[in-house]
Amino acid sequence: MRQTFVDTTTELLAEDPRTAVVLADISADAFAPAMRRHPDRVLNVGIREQLMTGVAGGLALTGLRPFVHSYAPFLVDRAYEQIKLDMGHQDVGAVLVSIGASYDGSAEGYTHQSPGDVELLDTLEGWTVYVPGHSDEVAALLRAAAGHDDRVYVRLTEQENSQAYPDGSRLRVIRRGGPLVVAVGPMLDPVLEATRDLDVTVAYTNTPRPLDAEGLRLLVDGELVMVEPYLAGTSARQVAEALGGVPHRALHLGVGRGEIRRYGTWQDHARAHGLDAAGLRSRIAEFLW
Amino acid sequence: MTLTALPTDPLRPLIRRLTGDEKHDASSHSTLDVLWVLYDRILRLTPETADAPDRDRFLLSKGHGPAAYYAVLAAKGFFPADWLDDLGGWDSPLGHHPDRVRIPGVEVGTGSLGHGLGLAVGVALGLRAQGEKARTFVLLGDAELDEGSNHEAIAYAAATRLPLTAIVIDNQSATHGWPGGIAARFPGWVTAMVNGRDREQIEYALAKRHHDRPNLVVAAVEPKWSNR
Repeated sequence: MRQTFVDTTTELLAEDPRTAVVLADISADAFAPAMRRHPDRVLNVGIREQLMTGVAGGLALTGLRPFVHSYAPFLVDRAYEQIKLDMGHQDVGAVLVSIGASYDGSAEGYTHQSPGDVELLDTLEGWTVYVPGHSDEVAALLRAAAGHDDRVYVRLTEQENSQAYPDGSRLRVIRRGGPLVVAVGPMLDPVLEATRDLDVTVAYTNTPRPLDAEGLRLLVDGELVMVEPYLAGTSARQVAEALGGVPHRALHLGVGRGEIRRYGTWQDHARAHGLDAAGLRSRIAEFLW
Repeated sequence: MTLTALPTDPLRPLIRRLTGDEKHDASSHSTLDVLWVLYDRILRLTPETADAPDRDRFLLSKGHGPAAYYAVLAAKGFFPADWLDDLGGWDSPLGHHPDRVRIPGVEVGTGSLGHGLGLAVGVALGLRAQGEKARTFVLLGDAELDEGSNHEAIAYAAATRLPLTAIVIDNQSATHGWPGGIAARFPGWVTAMVNGRDREQIEYALAKRHHDRPNLVVAAVEPKWSNR
């Protein structure tokens, strides 16, 4: 996904003179050719995430469209007030593109993990959030984000589904059956495996913000399971608002709030948070039957 | 030497109308002469060009105590002087910290310290990338330099030889001070020290342009606490 991001953004830099990229050392090597071609619009500020975000706000104030990129905890957690004030409060936008997600940095430890990034952005106004489940979904999302001036967060990860769904901006039904299970981004493959022989409807989206409220109302018939690759319950408010007045039971699965002080692989961490197929299956089945 | 508080000064009666902001009284007045010189003699900016892409940019980073800022903007016609009578009111566009969305001519909304210099670096880079020759100015307070975010911007502007102008109003309000001086915190910048109440000195320092280096003007005014 990172390479697709670098390739697409490099194309955008050549196509649209409004495009700019702001980095804080992460991925600077990958952008080196683009930086040589567009030295005024590809800016690496060094290991300075507050400045990276402030610079993006300043670029946007002059009419450019900045893409801002780092590891998720440094991009979102660390410079949260810059995101709040240098973008939102200034009434300007940017495209924040993170890598690392909740636990791609499994062996790096908690310092390199951001399970709370989407929940942090949910405290702010007007953020569209893309969580692609496959590399082939990334280019179209970035190109859509380049075409306007609003605030967009793109959450890239190493965990990918086996198949891309280019029409994942709304809830896309993958399998029809009983109660609805919604899989966000890379949660689709484990959800499909977990529910292979269960009578459920599985729907997919790579755009949790804004959440497809209309699709939820159409698909929910009494029960709903949300499976998200960031903090469990992050979408609980959005689901409650979408289904306001409609009696329903909801189970929200995602990354737990407790810190897992272990290393290993992202698959190990998925298992520890109950987000592998076996963990999902037991909790979904327990909730529905 | 031209000092302030001349009997005919148009700003004093405007500031007096801003009675709601007592808390930040000392800080608001410390910026008065620098702001007047900027808007009266330096900035290529008028109410008519407030949205022009090639206008000079002025960012008030130190959003605390904006009385002098509001008085100067009103005196220059960016908004009616009547607005000054309801500072911080429900129906007023003027808060105790300025909001760019509400006030014509205000480039950035500030209040939380340590945001203006990073934004100004971005503005200067954005103007440069688009071939604009407009200048970028940003005003900070000496206590505001406590915020570490400033030092990210100071180092990067020097490393990239970015031609923006930062003004630090020094009223010795930083709790632990800046032993060795404020300019020593801006390595690689072209620095000037002026009397922040001497409009000729301020104008001379701000009019100079160094195209390949960031510029710092430290404007010293009377200390915030006279008992130190």
